[in-house]
Amino acid sequence: MLLRSERRWYHLATTYALLLLGLLVVLVPFLFMLSTSFKPQQYTFEYPPSLWPAEFTLRNYVQALQRDQFYLYFLNSLLVAVATTTATVFISSLLAFAFARLEFAGKNALFYVLLVGLMIPPVMLIIPQFLVAKRLALLNTFPGLIVVYIAMNLSLQTFLLRGFFESIPTDLEDAVRIDGGSRWTIFRHVVLPLSRPGLATVAIFTFLYSWDEFPWAHVAMKEATRRTLPVAIALFQNQHLTQWGQVFAASIVALIPVVAVFILFQRHFIRGIARSGLKG
Amino acid sequence: MAEATSHVQQTSKQRQELSLPARAQRRLSRQGVAYLFLLPGFLIFGLFVIYPMLYSLRISFYDWNVIDAARSTFVGLDNYRTFVNDPIFQRAVLNTVSYAAITVPAQIVFALVAAILLDQPLRGRTFFRVAYYLPVITSWVIVTLIFEFLFNSQAGFINYLLRDVLRLVDARVRWLADPILVMVPINLLGIWKGVGWSMVILLAALQAIPDEFMEAAAVDGATPWQRLRHVVLPLLRPTLVFLLVVLVIGGLNVYISGLLLTDGGQPQGRSHFILTLMYAETFDRLNFGGGAAISYFLTALVFVVSVVQLRLLRRRVEY
Repeated sequence: MLLRSERRWYHLATTYALLLLGLLVVLVPFLFMLSTSFKPQQYTFEYPPSLWPAEFTLRNYVQALQRDQFYLYFLNSLLVAVATTTATVFISSLLAFAFARLEFAGKNALFYVLLVGLMIPPVMLIIPQFLVAKRLALLNTFPGLIVVYIAMNLSLQTFLLRGFFESIPTDLEDAVRIDGGSRWTIFRHVVLPLSRPGLATVAIFTFLYSWDEFPWAHVAMKEATRRTLPVAIALFQNQHLTQWGQVFAASIVALIPVVAVFILFQRHFIRGIARSGLKG
Repeated sequence: MAEATSHVQQTSKQRQELSLPARAQRRLSRQGVAYLFLLPGFLIFGLFVIYPMLYSLRISFYDWNVIDAARSTFVGLDNYRTFVNDPIFQRAVLNTVSYAAITVPAQIVFALVAAILLDQPLRGRTFFRVAYYLPVITSWVIVTLIFEFLFNSQAGFINYLLRDVLRLVDARVRWLADPILVMVPINLLGIWKGVGWSMVILLAALQAIPDEFMEAAAVDGATPWQRLRHVVLPLLRPTLVFLLVVLVIGGLNVYISGLLLTDGGQPQGRSHFILTLMYAETFDRLNFGGGAAISYFLTALVFVVSVVQLRLLRRRVEY
């Protein structure tokens, strides 16, 4: 029979051993990406593989950003993600406000229609979306990417925001209404300011979604100078099979904003996921 | 807006004087405001989600002419019949279903272990949680390329590990050139990328279990295993069912990793998944009708599998 303190020690040691093993499995692939991005081309597949660059270089980054135009793809991604996020936050809070606070005919039916968006696999819509975008001359344009990203996010974000809006007490609104405030005033000056955490969660998830989205951008943006990062990286790797240093340099550049947003807003993340099962 | 202002300013006497049609009109205009709030959202949603969904069903019954839609010919169920009898499609369904069957239980088990380990007061808890979540927030394209690099046939890290460190194989394995072997990196990637997400969900559910439950079980002399088996798991059941359903849907939708690692179903189309086949059929062979039929097949599969799971498991979720 072990002593209590001994048992506690064993327990703690096993816990940390397992956690560190998991950490290794999670991080080693990332470390290979990081170290390869700093290795000169001829060391990419050195044998045995090494995590520490024998010779350290920034050449892959310089080449990826300048010659291979990844600075441009970065700006494209930024433009698309910022526009999508702004529009999605605004439009889905309008919807959520209507569903949480206003009365109108067909409210339940319309809400169910919106929920359909949560149930269909996104990639199945690519073919008809492609044909619709083609007819509206939206293929190969930024608005063509943005409007589809907004559409794909509306259901989930409206659903999430409606929950936030409903949790705000109505007393304040009644006061505003008695003072003669319109519904727009209530929306703009009462509900929105009080829902900042909810809006932040929506903004973060929409930003990451549009930053990482591949399937739609892959079919809808064939114009080389307007590609976003995921498509640009995948196509670059496909054409330059051996230039892993540059592929990973570009990947790291693409990953930096994601990690920054994640670490800065960790709280919102965890709450958002736990609350709604949002997929990160 | 204006009508709300006037509404408040009117005295009750004035209100009584309003004729019935005027009141109805006012109610209409109040509802009108609500529709203004709905307009931008439903315009976009209708045009890019609802309409495409129905449009796709129509396309799937046609030999669709991409250049001139009016010259498409109605073929009834032919598109569906063609692919159901196609061995490449059957193989794609098998690959997709096995992907879900392998990655989903593995994700749940690893996530459960991680969540239980992290659901205790530990130094560095936040660090582990953030680190484990890293694969989830990294784009599919990037993690797929990392795995492609690690599973390189010549000097990849995995071959080095298996041959030179663990001495499990004699020769380097050509992971990406074989339709069965390529499923190894694809499935491992699916597990590796997904564990962090399930872990966060399970961690939230674990933290919602009141301490008294665990204390009561401990007082009754339950071992940690008994506590897990008879207290924690039953309480987590709704969360586990939720995870199962959501992860299976995600698994059946496997796409980007397959597309990039198999170079579009190579060799001979035997490493396709349902969605990569849909992509190849539509955008490589320009068979939009066939592609739409495949996407509808997947939607139906997702729907049926989800309903069956909920039917089988819901009864014991509500207690």
